[in-house]
Order: sequence, then C-alpha cells, then structure tokens
Amino acid sequence: MTVSVDGADALSGGFADPPIDAARAFRACLDVMARPGRIAELGGAVPPAPLSVAAGTLALTLLDGTTPVHLAGAHDTAAVRDWITFHIGAPFAGASEAAFAFGTWDALTPVDRFAIGTPEYPDRACTLIVECDALEPRGARLSGPGIKDEAFLSLPEVAAFRANRALFPLGFDAFLTAGTRIAGLPRSTIVEDV
Amino acid sequence: MTDQAYNFAYLDEQTKRMIRRAILKGVAVPGYQVPFASREMPMPYGWGTGGVQVTAACLTPEDVLKVIDQGADDTTNAVSIRKFFQRTAGVATTEATGEATLIQTRHRIPEAPLTEDQILVYQVPIPEPLRFLEPRETETRKMHSLEEYGLMHVKLYEDIARHGHIATAYAYPVKVEGRYVMDPSPIPRFDNPKLSDCPALQLFGAGREQRIYALPPYTQAVSLDFEDHPFEASKAPHDCDLCGASDSYLDEVITDDQGGRMFVCSDTDHCRCRREAGHVGRLGTPITEGVS
Repeated sequence: MTVSVDGADALSGGFADPPIDAARAFRACLDVMARPGRIAELGGAVPPAPLSVAAGTLALTLLDGTTPVHLAGAHDTAAVRDWITFHIGAPFAGASEAAFAFGTWDALTPVDRFAIGTPEYPDRACTLIVECDALEPRGARLSGPGIKDEAFLSLPEVAAFRANRALFPLGFDAFLTAGTRIAGLPRSTIVEDV
Repeated sequence: MTDQAYNFAYLDEQTKRMIRRAILKGVAVPGYQVPFASREMPMPYGWGTGGVQVTAACLTPEDVLKVIDQGADDTTNAVSIRKFFQRTAGVATTEATGEATLIQTRHRIPEAPLTEDQILVYQVPIPEPLRFLEPRETETRKMHSLEEYGLMHVKLYEDIARHGHIATAYAYPVKVEGRYVMDPSPIPRFDNPKLSDCPALQLFGAGREQRIYALPPYTQAVSLDFEDHPFEASKAPHDCDLCGASDSYLDEVITDDQGGRMFVCSDTDHCRCRREAGHVGRLGTPITEGVS
C-alpha cells in the first residue's frame, strides 16, 4: 500500500473512540433517516478528499467487510480506496451489486443501476450517499412517514426521487451529505416540486 | 460506571453495524420485518433479547434509559435489563417517562404522551402477524409481498361470528401507511391508537425470530376492522384503585381468596405521578411529602 504524505493518508482519519463515536454517529443517521428533511451534524472521521467528513463518518459507522461499496465518478480514487480498505475492509463492487454507493448526484446517475430490493426482501436495496455542495431546509417539498405535515430539503433532482417513491416498497434509500452535515431521504418519502 | 470488561453497550462493533443497517432499512420501509443476525444475549429468549439488541445498537453515553415490563419499572425483566445497560453502557436511568430519551418496553406504551426526542424500543416475541394463520415463512413472506391480507380479515371475522365482537385483545394487527400489516407486539389493543402519528420513533426487535421493524414518527398505523364492527380500544371498566385514573390501562390484582380484587394502573410511573399530584383512588392512601 502506498502511503501519501499530504496528511490524509490511508492509516489516519479513523474514529478516536470507535464504540462511542460510532454510537453518536449512528444516532445522527437514524434521526435524519427517520425524519426526512431534518439536517444533522455528523463528524468524527477525517477521510481523504473528495469524501466529505459526513460521508466518511457514515462509512465507518455502517460499512464493514460484508457490505459491497461502489465509488462513483471522482470518488473512485486510490486514496479513498486505500482509506476504506484500511479502516473498513469493504469489498469494492459495481453499481448493481453495491449495498452502499458514494458519489455526487451527477456521478451516481442514472440511479436505476442500483439494487432496489426484491418484493419479498425489499431491504436488499442500495443506500446512496449523495455528496452535495450544500444542504438547506428549502427546495423540494417532502411528506410521508417521519414528517409532520411537510418538510423541505435541497435535492439535486426531483424526478428520480419521485420515480423511486413510485416503486415503494422497493427502491433505494439515500443520505445527502455536505461537509459535516447529513440529511436522509428514505424511499417512503413523497417528493414534490414547489 | 461502565464495566471495562465489555465493549460499550455489550455488543461488539461488527454486530452493532449489522443491527444498525437493519434498523435503517426498517425505518425506510415502515412495517416491513427486516431479517437480522440476532446474537445470543446473556438472557433467555423471550426475555427481550431482540429489544436489548436494538437498544444496544441505539444507545449513546448521553441517553437516559427507562425500561418497563407491562408498564412497570420495578418487575424482574425491567430491573434486569436496566441494570444490564447501567453496567455495560454506563448510561443514566430513570423511571420517569418524561425524562427518558430511550424507553425499552415489554407489552405496553407509556400513558404519558411521547415526544420527538424519544425512541421507544419494543420487545417482540412473534413479529409475524400472519404466523398463526400460516406457519410457513416462505408463504407469509409471499403474502406480504403480494399484499395478500385477506386471511387476517377472515380471522377477525371468525372472532365476530363466534363472540359477536372482535375478541383479539392484544397484539391487535395494524396496517402501516396502507401497505404492510404489522404485529404491534403484545400490547393491549387499548394502546393501539398511540402507535399512529406518534412523535417518537418506534423500533421493534424480535431476538429469537431474528426480525427488526420500525414505525417512523408521524406514521399512520391503522388497526384492522370492519365498517360495521369498527375498532374499539378497550380496558377494564373501572378506575384505578390507587390513583383514581379513569383513562389508564388497568391490571387486575387478586387480593384474597374471598373474591376480593383491585384494579391498578399498569403504568407504574403514571400512577405514581398522579398520586404525588394528590389523586387518591378507592383503596389508595394519600402520599405525604418525602415518602414515595
């Protein structure tokens, strides 16, 4: 393994106290997935660019050797691969086999490449981690489970999430990350343009 | 004080990641039972091993934990699980529903309304609502995927044909967001209306059956019924004999062999709060300052 010298080398940037850091990180992930539209702070990991702090922390919290991971577009770098291999040990996979996929929205599209589960096992679906420039509580209108009345979230696109909702109970689930911020968008959420 | 011989909250990190992924998928598909690789826990199946694993995966050091068994904080199961997490996670514990951030429950929903800042974790013995109607897992899985729930309505209809009303008093099935029929665990049907549109996140863990499912906040969970036999939440037609509450779920306690009995709130915290506020029931005595 080559170790770079720019400070974000593969061996560093993990959790300082894995059980506690992962517990707090999971609660943030659970909170935003259970309440679409809510934006939480998520930190603890220092992953190599272009992986955001929130996406790297989520990876350390949820991924392991049993979860095939897909790195899309600019996220598929040697530094990111080395970091994931050292800290997580997750196997790398193509889009259709991935349990988790990281990338910008442009790199992840077309999203119909990802697993949406089967009618008898809808849980066997991919979770997309969509890296965004910013996350704001305005934009597309969200409603459905986890949302009292309505919520708003800056989404990279509406049509793809509407099509995903139409597949329910199948479909992918998404986390949106920007820096140290994270939001969740499960397949159950109804997304509308405003 | 955390017992340093154990990882935080007992389970190893690999197991917690697996459970956490299952919980997130459960939240994303409300009412669907996600299979997970349930572990052996240092307590027998049937004592809440599923709920304990879900709680262990969710706990943070900042949490305040409350554990109830049939509404009571002071029964064996509740005391054991509370002590287990005191010892392995070092979390603060409470008996007050309002102070808790995470509540593990066996077969009750607290009387006090839950808030957005709380998670309710249910211990579930049989997660599959169709299991006693169709014993084969391959078949029930197919029935869920096809939304084929006619058998459940036949079962409720047979109740009416035999008893004149729907006699299912606990584990009363609900339909979640118009899609999955879900077993709310053996809570009394009195509690069913509290499942729906609840501000708190509700998680269900079945250890022996290896299933996790969830109701996100503000999710619709409608108790199955018929137009001419609408669902009715029911309770014993009495007031609590200790605190006088007329709207709480009651336990019947036999007091002698002469037919003597009393009815008391199943939710011990609710009853204690009411008595401390000066409410006195038929057989109760007023609580004086400083004595609980």
